[in-house]
Amino acid sequence: MKQTSHTFLDNAHTALQDRDKAARRDFMALFTPLIRNAAMDDFGHFEELRQHVKEVRQHTLDNLDHYLTRFEREALHNGNHVHFATDADQLNSIVLDICQQHSARRIAKGKSMVTEETGLNDYLKRAGLRVMETDLGEYIIQQAGETPSHIVGPALHKSAAEIRELFLAKHDLGERELAETSDMVGEARKVLREHFLKAEVGVIGANALIAENGYSMLVTNEGNGDLCANLPNVLIVCTTIDRVVPRARDATAMLRLLVRSATGQPQTCYTSFYSGPRREQDSDGPLETHFVLLDNRRTEILASDYREMLQCIRCGACLNHCPIYAATGGHAYGWVYPGPMGSILTPLLTSLEQSNALPNACTSCGRCAEVCPADIPLPDLLRDLRHDENRQKLSSSRWRLGMRLHAWLARHPGLYHACTGIGIAALHLLGQRKGSFTQLPMASGWTSERDFPAPQGKTFMHQYAALQRADKAREDKSAAVAKPPRRRARPGSGKASGERQEPGLRADWPLKPDPRRPGKTRPGTAGGKGTGKGKPGAHPGGPRGKKPRSRQSDDR
Amino acid sequence: MTSTPTDQSSPPPALKVALFITCLADLFRPSVAFASIKLLEQAGCEVTIPLKQTCCGQPAYNTGDFESSAPLARQLIQQFEYADYVVVPSGSCAGMICHHYPRLLAGEWRERALQLAAKTFELTTFLNDIARIRRGDRPAVALPTVTYHDSCAGLRELGVKAQPRALLKELCDREVSELQQSEVCCGFGGTFCAKMPEISGKMVGDKLANAVATKARILAGGDLGCLLNIAGRAKRSGEDIEVRHIAELLVGDLDSPAIGQGK
Ligand code: SF4
Repeated sequence: MKQTSHTFLDNAHTALQDRDKAARRDFMALFTPLIRNAAMDDFGHFEELRQHVKEVRQHTLDNLDHYLTRFEREALHNGNHVHFATDADQLNSIVLDICQQHSARRIAKGKSMVTEETGLNDYLKRAGLRVMETDLGEYIIQQAGETPSHIVGPALHKSAAEIRELFLAKHDLGERELAETSDMVGEARKVLREHFLKAEVGVIGANALIAENGYSMLVTNEGNGDLCANLPNVLIVCTTIDRVVPRARDATAMLRLLVRSATGQPQTCYTSFYSGPRREQDSDGPLETHFVLLDNRRTEILASDYREMLQCIRCGACLNHCPIYAATGGHAYGWVYPGPMGSILTPLLTSLEQSNALPNACTSCGRCAEVCPADIPLPDLLRDLRHDENRQKLSSSRWRLGMRLHAWLARHPGLYHACTGIGIAALHLLGQRKGSFTQLPMASGWTSERDFPAPQGKTFMHQYAALQRADKAREDKSAAVAKPPRRRARPGSGKASGERQEPGLRADWPLKPDPRRPGKTRPGTAGGKGTGKGKPGAHPGGPRGKKPRSRQSDDR
Repeated sequence: MTSTPTDQSSPPPALKVALFITCLADLFRPSVAFASIKLLEQAGCEVTIPLKQTCCGQPAYNTGDFESSAPLARQLIQQFEYADYVVVPSGSCAGMICHHYPRLLAGEWRERALQLAAKTFELTTFLNDIARIRRGDRPAVALPTVTYHDSCAGLRELGVKAQPRALLKELCDREVSELQQSEVCCGFGGTFCAKMPEISGKMVGDKLANAVATKARILAGGDLGCLLNIAGRAKRSGEDIEVRHIAELLVGDLDSPAIGQGK
């Protein structure tokens, strides 16, 4: 698949111009969180189960070699062939070899993001094979010559009217109306049935590989996975090495969250476990079965600071909750995986150079991490990718320099307050009448979409210092005439020092300077008596119990 | 102690609070800082303001320049760790201190960051849950209709949701007219809004439309970044809704022009 992640902003612009599609996305962005939340509320144990699922995923990843070996042993024992593929090409060629060994010409394919990642369909097509996608969504986009816009609902970007046009054009079935959605589904089913019956090889994905028994698990809502797996004589399961879980019960625990997170259903219509080829007493099933387990940089990710990304169970909830995904749609991300998970996976699986816009397509709003059933700290990983981007100098030098300058200035408080004092006073004077600017030099990104609010007045620090001076002057004067010192600054007291009071500034409270010189640490106060008085739960305190990521540079 | 105790029994000892103004309030909206001081004192706190404070380092941190951000984090820790409590009128700056400093720093500094995190609070959380501010015999602050935008960092990193609403009820006797999708990002995101203006513009357009649909006079929030964004968009599209920080509402400071509005 040709990658266009580097033109993310242009892709997004194009996507935003298509009003109909934008409106569909807005609707999905409202609707999908609603059904997910309803399902989770109904279930009631989201947080406990997600902690469990995360632990299981982390444990498995910590012992990946062990569980993969175990899976391989059990799968071989069940009569399967097991292949390991290091990269996309290798997976594709393994699959092609198997097809060619069986002189297969027709492939029935279930939904699999992994084979999107490797570009399997094109590869097989170039070798003269006919591959038919059998998941309805995948079938639609295959007919349209498009790529998935969503990892769970690949054709969510298409309207019923578009699909109708597509079917009328692609299916040579004579005059017909296809007025209802059910008519279209019926027609797709009819076309696909033919293919299921003729295909010599079935290719499907897997939602989990179970180490203890060597089975793979697959969920679908259409049952097409089972037809791909059972009708052709040869079955090939293509998935990645990180799909393995230790026990069957881990797979089903994961399932409870996966389906609710993905579609808001308690359970998909079909949940299948595939053990291996047809046994003597079986009346049907494939004669030969293969697992092709792809690495494609997963072991690199495992050894990196981004290992948590491998906990992903591909539910798509982070896409459904991401306001940027909602704005741009999946195609703007320019590769296989869109949304927050895609913005992390794409740089890791392809390269940061080609996709450094993606980790920036994030406001750190945290909605994705809030719903992620694998509890992946997605905004943190995205920020870490921006850190990599920054260190590799892939981001714009203007931004980098600007940030460094700002930080440098902020490390010199005297200078900072002086500079901001002057700059803000000037901006205030320029903008006070209208209250905002429609244009400002160096702020075109901001002002292209909104006005730039003018500062309210002089900086707080400036005003505060003036009030303090006034207070002090008054106290000195009072002391001189032996009156008790006035503690309170009265409204308008700023005028005493010739300082005009700023609009909205009320000084009817005592303004006390910091009694201990700021910047000096009083030993023993830190974490002193004040701590821990809050309501339990009101203040999470600390970094969500996370161990520090090992990304600090030495100079910190 | 400057507020009048509501009962005659001996008042509890004053909570000693250091106020982190935040750079946006310092530069763009000093009334937020003054209102915060007033509220904290009404709640019986003794407020100090470290004079050398600048910025928490969030801009650099979020753009991935951890190396520029870390010295600012250390500087802020040094400036504020003397206090019993650190209060911040911004969910994202408080979140930066509570959640991100310990990620950003290592070794001894991480320990100090964790200690600071444990006593750092977003303003409305502190007023409502820790200082437990009460109106007492003060009259309720009169406010027109208000809707509320739940800024993301405060909401998700610190659980700020009920607190501003409870304070509006307690101090102003005002229920919030809730806007649809109040927990969805407004599209500010720090430098995001300037790096990806078109997407940000779509997001803030949606936010504003939802706010306007409530017919509330004022949109309030707890994070100036978001408020500047929404106010700027409201001004651009000529929507007649005032955008203000929650602290200003709680002290009844409606005289100063709303964010982005002229005199
Ligand atoms: S990152 Fe989390 S929410 Fe997103 S697809 Fe993976 S498991 Fe689902």
